[in-house]
Amino acid sequence: MEKFTTLSAVAAALPEANIDTDKIIPARFLKTTQRTGLGKHAFDAMRYNPDGTENPDFVLNREPWRKAEILITYENLGCGSSREHAPWALLDFGIRCVIAPSFADIFFNNCFKNGILPIRLPREICDELMGDAAMGANARLSVDLERQVVIRPDGQEVPFEIDPFRKHLLLEGLDDIGQTLQHERDIDGYESRENQEKSWMPTIHID
Amino acid sequence: MAPRTLFDKIWDDHVVETLPDGTSILYIDRHLLHEVTSPQAFEGLRLAGRRLRHPDKTIAVVDHNVPTSDRTQPIEEPESRNQIETLERNVKEFGVPYFPLLSANQGIVHVVGPEQGISLPGMTIVCGDSHTSTHGALGSLAFGIGTSEVEHVMATQTILQRPAKNMRVTVEGTPGPGVTAKDIMLAIIGHIGTAGGTGHVIEFAGSAIRGLDMAGRMTICNMSIEAGARAGLVAPDETTFEYVRGRPFAPKGEDFEKAVAWWKTLATDEGAHFDKEVTLRAEDISPTLTWGTSPETVLPITGTVPDPAAQTDEAARAQMQRMLDYMGLQAGQPIAGTPVDVVFIGSCTNSRIEDLRAAAAVAAGRHVAEGVRAMIVPGSGNVKRQAEEEGLDRIFLDAGFEWREAGCSMCLGMNPDKLTPGQRCASTSNRNFEGRQGPGGRTHLLSPAMAAAAAVTGCLTDVRELA
Repeated sequence: MEKFTTLSAVAAALPEANIDTDKIIPARFLKTTQRTGLGKHAFDAMRYNPDGTENPDFVLNREPWRKAEILITYENLGCGSSREHAPWALLDFGIRCVIAPSFADIFFNNCFKNGILPIRLPREICDELMGDAAMGANARLSVDLERQVVIRPDGQEVPFEIDPFRKHLLLEGLDDIGQTLQHERDIDGYESRENQEKSWMPTIHID
Repeated sequence: MAPRTLFDKIWDDHVVETLPDGTSILYIDRHLLHEVTSPQAFEGLRLAGRRLRHPDKTIAVVDHNVPTSDRTQPIEEPESRNQIETLERNVKEFGVPYFPLLSANQGIVHVVGPEQGISLPGMTIVCGDSHTSTHGALGSLAFGIGTSEVEHVMATQTILQRPAKNMRVTVEGTPGPGVTAKDIMLAIIGHIGTAGGTGHVIEFAGSAIRGLDMAGRMTICNMSIEAGARAGLVAPDETTFEYVRGRPFAPKGEDFEKAVAWWKTLATDEGAHFDKEVTLRAEDISPTLTWGTSPETVLPITGTVPDPAAQTDEAARAQMQRMLDYMGLQAGQPIAGTPVDVVFIGSCTNSRIEDLRAAAAVAAGRHVAEGVRAMIVPGSGNVKRQAEEEGLDRIFLDAGFEWREAGCSMCLGMNPDKLTPGQRCASTSNRNFEGRQGPGGRTHLLSPAMAAAAAVTGCLTDVRELA
């Protein structure tokens, strides 16, 4: 996983609440067995007309937001399906940071697993950042994860909260399986206790 | 010890270790796999040279991609076929138990788990699918995860989690005629909103929930995610134990009695703290359906489509107008009487034998309206077989419904069962998002009985009028 330290990039505003993961990547594109290549289908229904041509009004089809690396939305971003294809599609498009007043739980988790930083900020601040985003390439937003601030084009710093463990994993680009496997003996210990206490617990075998 | 909730007890019982920052390594008793969210996880294991720690706590099925037509024919769509074949190679390589497409045990993963006794009370259960919350009906902590977490569970049989907050939704009273678990849950989501449960695990309680059979409880817990909750729970009771008894993978004999003794200790203690409490009266709930493109946009079938002009917030007004435009509805029109093109009875929300019986009771002696396509998609091969033993297939076929093979089908538009643009569907599934059932498709979520009523009348109909 790629480290996330600082980012200075064009931000795109999608001023909508409840953007679900079906909208981020419709189910018909989930037939891949890879993590990559989904960027071209991100926001498919909003981005393309029924005949497959680009919808020129959609923000991510317009310069300079075509190259946006930060996405700002309203409440409950990523609700619905647990599909990790949603953050994969965003990442493949080039998005490294998503900012919203609130996120759905599973999507929020999935972002961290892919080096995407999800930042929760109050709606009024999201509105201000959307204003910055509307100014395009002349108004890049910066994110400094170490210092936990979003830096607006005028230099104003907006602090944000983040779980310290997740911050650490993002900053170092660490795979959390490796972290957990350092506790393998604790897992072994748990299992031998459980085997005693829940001796009734069946295992699954199919001939 | 301070009084604890059902969630607290299952959580505490599964904590392997809590790290200094408060994240816990949580042990997972059951890991359910399907073809769509597992290939990248198997690939990750392979690339890292890691083993799958507990194949004997893992089960795989194919459901999302599979056609629900004739199973003896090869799967036409190459990408779907590839995903299914990839799963079959992976389960073989890693030794994971698997119900193949032609097995009677195949079906939607959230129907198969409880049906087989693989999902049991007090367990932690995960799957790369948000509707894993379904299994919470048994009194297990069950939630959906992403593919990276699937890989984590494969490698470690644990997951990294912080405890959720506790929320309780109590529904007291006796539901009126035509009011089912689906109506109750749609009413709950309408009441608390699609983010009402975010960060929480919802325990469903009260006499109306206690009075539901297991299928009804599964419908309720299934849609917890539509209320934003990570998981839904119902405390295990005699209804639960009788459901579990004798299922193929459930404990037997003395082991079953031991298990029940433990399961009985799991109910929330008197005086346990909930961070959020909501109470509804069953008598206030009518047969309910959605009008918009979010599961919280609910109406009683006797209601009228809301007017965006009444919204004070500009963004909310615009969003509501867009929903009406997408759905092809006018503000103020009665929702009943709206013509439908397709009726879909199926999905992990409503495809169990009880759901099919409810639909058959409405369909019996009637006929699907002219121009309507009506599909019945059982949740598993076993549900299908049982329905056929009970003669439900005859009722449906005589009434002009399609009688199909088990799978996710038209719930999510990734297999051949899809809406075409502009088609309106009365659907027993769980999501009415734009394009969910196919690009441009218009979805109204409702109960199996209401769906059957729409099929035979050709329009959204109050099922009580057909009684």
